[in-house]
Amino acid sequence: MSSTAQLKIFRGDRNGGAMVDYEVPRTPGMVVLDAVHVVQATQAPDLAVRWNCKAGKCGSCSAEVNGKPKLTCMERMDKYPEGTAISIRPMKTFPVIKDLVTDVSWNYAVNKKIPPFKIKEGERKYYQYEADRVQEFRKCIECFLCQNICHVLREHQLKQEFAGPRFLVRVAGLEMHPLDTEDRTELIKDAMGVGFCNITKCCTEVCPESIQITDNAIIPLKERVADRYYDPIRWIARKVFGGNDSRQ
Amino acid sequence: MEPRPTHQYDVVIVGAGGAGLRAAIEAARQGAKTALLCKSLLGKAHTVMAEGGVAAALANVDDRDNWKVHFRDTMKGGKYLNQWRMAQLHAQEAPERVNELEEWGAVFDRTKDGRILQRNFGGHSHPRLAHVGDRTGLEIIRTLQDKGIHSGIDVFMEFTVRRILISDGAVSGCVGYDREKGAFTVFNAKAVVLATGGIGRCWEVSSNSWEYTADGHALALWAGADLLDMEFVQFHPTGMTWPPSVKGTLITEGVRGEGGVLKNSEGKRFMFNYIPAMFKAEFADTEKEADEWVASVIAGKIPTARRPPELLTRDVVARAIHREVAEGRGAPHGGVFLDIATRRTPEEIKRKLPGMYHQFKQLADVDITTDPMEVGPTCHYTMGGVRVHPETQESTVPGLFAAGEVAAGMHGANRLGGNSLSDLLVFGKRAGEHAAQHAKRSAAHPRIDAAQVEECVKESLLPFERNEGENPYAISEDLQKMMQRKVGIIREDKDLREAIEAIRSLRERARHTKVGGNVQFNPGWHLALDLKNMLDISEAVARAALERTESRGGHTREDHPKTEADWGKVNLVMRLRDGNITLEHVPLEQPPAELKALLEGELSH
Repeated sequence: MSSTAQLKIFRGDRNGGAMVDYEVPRTPGMVVLDAVHVVQATQAPDLAVRWNCKAGKCGSCSAEVNGKPKLTCMERMDKYPEGTAISIRPMKTFPVIKDLVTDVSWNYAVNKKIPPFKIKEGERKYYQYEADRVQEFRKCIECFLCQNICHVLREHQLKQEFAGPRFLVRVAGLEMHPLDTEDRTELIKDAMGVGFCNITKCCTEVCPESIQITDNAIIPLKERVADRYYDPIRWIARKVFGGNDSRQ
Repeated sequence: MEPRPTHQYDVVIVGAGGAGLRAAIEAARQGAKTALLCKSLLGKAHTVMAEGGVAAALANVDDRDNWKVHFRDTMKGGKYLNQWRMAQLHAQEAPERVNELEEWGAVFDRTKDGRILQRNFGGHSHPRLAHVGDRTGLEIIRTLQDKGIHSGIDVFMEFTVRRILISDGAVSGCVGYDREKGAFTVFNAKAVVLATGGIGRCWEVSSNSWEYTADGHALALWAGADLLDMEFVQFHPTGMTWPPSVKGTLITEGVRGEGGVLKNSEGKRFMFNYIPAMFKAEFADTEKEADEWVASVIAGKIPTARRPPELLTRDVVARAIHREVAEGRGAPHGGVFLDIATRRTPEEIKRKLPGMYHQFKQLADVDITTDPMEVGPTCHYTMGGVRVHPETQESTVPGLFAAGEVAAGMHGANRLGGNSLSDLLVFGKRAGEHAAQHAKRSAAHPRIDAAQVEECVKESLLPFERNEGENPYAISEDLQKMMQRKVGIIREDKDLREAIEAIRSLRERARHTKVGGNVQFNPGWHLALDLKNMLDISEAVARAALERTESRGGHTREDHPKTEADWGKVNLVMRLRDGNITLEHVPLEQPPAELKALLEGELSH
């Protein structure tokens, strides 16, 4: 026996739009992206949605399902009871291009400002326990759901002041890399605005890769900034002994 | 008429996966003004889906490994139909390319003494795959992306190329549209590198993303370049089979590399029944010996036992699974069982195969630490593609280069797992380097033939002009189903002839598609255009498959089950002449004596 799913999908562009009703048959194991694809193939060929891998690895198909940020390729339809329409909207934090597709170019601009990996001279051996903490950050698939949910970006639109969780994760992956020699502490404090994060952990909650964004990336970065700029003992030590490296 | 917006570059790279990014980095390093055109957003290309690892004879885990063994394994895996020089360069240069990634910040899993860890994989004599759990592709694309954005490359995202422009017999650039606005732009370039990946969307059960619509293969064909080895398509043995939503989604060979075993519905490890003569000497013939091998590997020792037959090459394992299912010993959903749960602890599984754990738990309600997976063959990779010079990667059209999956020759009749990530690094770099040098040799930018541009634009916009017509999705689905049935893992004369006929009628239907809406981010329109590539390249595959009346590697003929010595000396070349795809037999390049000697011991099996 086949059942159906009711969908309400945002259709529109930069100038506005509306939620449009669709109905598709439910199939076993179906995910939200499948439902969108069925609509595309049978009812609305011009429905715009990004996707690539359909296996939770590329981070292209982010959207808001019943108001919650989700990777639509990993979001099972059977989580949602029959009889109630499922709403699918584009990520709110970024400008809509069309339908479920948003303009995420700001993220790429932020990324480009981060000074790249700079390898140390000499011995390059390091151990798995050192790799572990960096690999957690490098799991990031750049779905931008954390950027989307972060209230600093979503509600306050402070995109000029705050780089957002994604790029604090990225910079944490560089700063804690056992072979990296670049110093990004000033960048983290000023251009990336780590102080704007007030640790509500919304980003951690939506991360499809379960990266402990707040605890493992942002808080240690805040500590580095605090050590460098706000620790009076270190400040005096620097004045007396010189040097400014607060890296552990 | 208003002139089309036109950009000028020395080198334009089409495609931003591993090969395209590596080519762009190299071209820019050589001083070329370089543009990188991505079909999707940067960092989302198909490389991101590669799981198991990148093959390079670093000899970090087993010091018996070196480039010669890697070369031999690659040639053997390719059933000796590879372009030997590419296989040699690949084996020699892969270690340097992997170490370079580490210098650019990649964080590979480590050995106990702090070096890059390597794992076992099908067809590789030694543990050779540098990896990051089961997300090696993500690590590589992100490393290249972060290197690339600081290399002075101009990146154009969500831009699809529709035609390579030719003037005076050489490349003069390309033309395409951006997804957001649907506007056509010309890139005037001294050299173009195709790095567009594969053709897997022509089949119904596929591990490939929407991007894999044979773009580069078709662009090269239309530009007059030669295609090589188009009959060889790799069906990966282990795709998901259930639920329907994820049918075809890849399960890394790393599961077997970590000790996973294949079983049929009778609970038997059937791979022992499928060891080909050429591999008998290297593979265990009892479960006891196979298990000894796994035990040594887990203990971090160099095994003295022979390898489990689950680690035979992909063509062999895929055919074996196909046979087990056909003979009624399959799992409930048309595959077989892949069991890691009884082989490794739940902690080890979650640590070494986190993506697989997550994927099954979330999409199939299966806990792979306690239950077996159901797996079956899925269209994964094409060995065939643009015929290139083995050192420069230049095609038969001057100024047109190709690297990665879209290029042919490196893998012969079958690719070894892990050799794709290394292929795209080695030959991506070479393509970028030689494209830049080609550009340096020409002082002025080649002229653009405006008629070619306008013809392409006009043809591309036709679907909007029709009031009546068919939905492109329906045609695409019919093509995929037809290719799956008739040009799939097992082929025969009658099916292939029917396929060629079917492509003719599908092509007719594709000429009359209708798409609603406008040119702005319109996936129906994009698919209507992609159909042309998919149909032309499907025809090339079907015709090459019909021509090769033997079975070898990724090409299996029910009606010609033997591997024939004579066919081992021939590559099939296809090209477009006067609107028709022609087919030619060309003699296989023979390796020099010292390399032949490396293979000789093997060839006598």
